[in-house]
Amino acid sequence: MSSGQIDVAYVAKLARLALSSDEVERFGAQLGALLEHVQTLQKLPTADVAATAQVIPSVNVMRDDVARPSLPRDVVLEAAPQRQGSYFRVPRILGEPG
Amino acid sequence: MSVTAAAGDSALQVNGGAYEAVIGIECHVELKTETKMFCGCRNVFGSEPNTNVCPVCLGYPGALPVPNRLAIEAIVKAGLAFGAEIPPFSKFDRKNYFYPDMPKNYQISQYDTPFTRGGVVSFWLPDGTQRQIRLTRIHLEEDTGKSIHAGSTDGRLGGSTHSLVDFNRAGVPLMECVSEPDIRSAVEAVAYLEALKRTFVALGVSDVKMEEGSLRCDANVSIRPTGASELGTKTEIKNMNSFRSVQRAIGNEISRQAEALSRGERIVQETRGWDEVAETTIVQRSKEEAHDYRYFPDPDLVPIEFAARDIARLRDELVTLPQPRLERLILHDRVSVVQAHQLIDTPGLADYYEETVALSEAPQATLNFVLGELSRLANETATAVASSALTPKALAEIVDLTSRGAINSKTAKDIIARVWSEGGSPAEIVEREGLGQVSDPAAVDGFVREVIAAQAESVENFRNGKETVLKFLIGQVMKTSRGKADPKLAEERLRALIAGSDP
Ligand SMILES: [Zn+2]
Repeated sequence: MSSGQIDVAYVAKLARLALSSDEVERFGAQLGALLEHVQTLQKLPTADVAATAQVIPSVNVMRDDVARPSLPRDVVLEAAPQRQGSYFRVPRILGEPG
Repeated sequence: MSVTAAAGDSALQVNGGAYEAVIGIECHVELKTETKMFCGCRNVFGSEPNTNVCPVCLGYPGALPVPNRLAIEAIVKAGLAFGAEIPPFSKFDRKNYFYPDMPKNYQISQYDTPFTRGGVVSFWLPDGTQRQIRLTRIHLEEDTGKSIHAGSTDGRLGGSTHSLVDFNRAGVPLMECVSEPDIRSAVEAVAYLEALKRTFVALGVSDVKMEEGSLRCDANVSIRPTGASELGTKTEIKNMNSFRSVQRAIGNEISRQAEALSRGERIVQETRGWDEVAETTIVQRSKEEAHDYRYFPDPDLVPIEFAARDIARLRDELVTLPQPRLERLILHDRVSVVQAHQLIDTPGLADYYEETVALSEAPQATLNFVLGELSRLANETATAVASSALTPKALAEIVDLTSRGAINSKTAKDIIARVWSEGGSPAEIVEREGLGQVSDPAAVDGFVREVIAAQAESVENFRNGKETVLKFLIGQVMKTSRGKADPKLAEERLRALIAGSDP
């Protein structure tokens, strides 16, 4: 895939990043360089290697369903950008969630 | 333009042609666990806002999730209950989107490796039709927080000035059950959801309290000429939060699409929200604005692998499931579909019925008592049938006494009411207090003569053709016999003796 195929403006929109047209161009070139590196990796013979979803050689890490203390509410809400009473206060929501 | 939809919207007509609805349902069910999916915060409804939160469920940088074993076992059991396949390998993926009630800006979910695949949900419709809906998959994910839209008059999104967020629900384990588009009407959609609910409650994996939001669903709806193999353009309906709103929203959407087609319009693929107050669906988002979630395996979580013996152990732990019980009741005991569901859906009632039938060997008579007099007393006294003092053994005695004609139905009711609160053996009470039904014609004649003598005027009226008086006279015989006379015999002897006596 060449850098021309990355829609930088679209990716920026998904990531909620406001980019100037200069930045779109600059990051586009940088992302293109990254993809070129991946293209080099793709030349490696991997036909005999099973696909993995995880680099850690481990499975079935789970915990028992036992409660542990939560954080005190005031500690949590003090870290919030805005609070109102017992809640996090956020700006007006414009649409339904995904 | 012409559109007709029969009750239950299964027979749909568009401009004279037969149409059918094609419906698939995605439903989210909160699992009943002590703690959340990936952290040790409590999973409880109704706590003070933002008191069950920690670095993991608030998405603090560096906090690491660890899956709850019980939640994973619960979803596997749910799948096994519907005959689903449990793939040996599963993993968690990140679903990326931004919303204020989701602190990490991604939701941990499952993309291409759900914990269960396939399976079938079987159920009966109220009219006795049996239906089977294929499941696509059931996967596990974490719930989001809850937002209150403040500053608007009705607490909804429109017109709000800001929102308040409570993260107690964020990270609660959530199963998403996805059906194939096998559902054909709004009535069927509700019956399907009820079948899911019944099974999850029996398994103990969820309380399925809709009023607490522990079951929420979305539906994909399209219509097509009946028998066509191609699917019509579908719309997705969201925001249905009760069985009633599921039925109304889907029925409403089917009619809306039929009307659009009959006017020669095209259906547009879009997401529509159900407006409970306006009783209509409203466009939320068109296909062009569809989300791009950029799923990828969550690097913080390692895969889950099941050995055959783990699955066998969970299969062994499955309780008696409602569907095979319903099948036995309906097909073997010949209980009606509606009555079978009454038995199964009232906690403890089916057990009570089955224990009694095992002793009485009279399913129909037992059923009549359980759903009649016993359910009435249960409502009246706000006591479950199973926790009354009337044991299945005692009820079996009453069934036996009644079917032998040893007591009449009035005496049976009186004894049930007594034993319900006081306990004891009905057979012994009948014996001790001489409550046995009087079926000896000579003895009944004695009571009948007494009544004829005392009620001369009524007897005269009856003789003159006033048939309704007979009911009163039978009542008098019952009263004179202190409720013990066989009412059928009393009627017979009243007619005979009045006819045979002089005016
Ligand atoms: Zn937590």
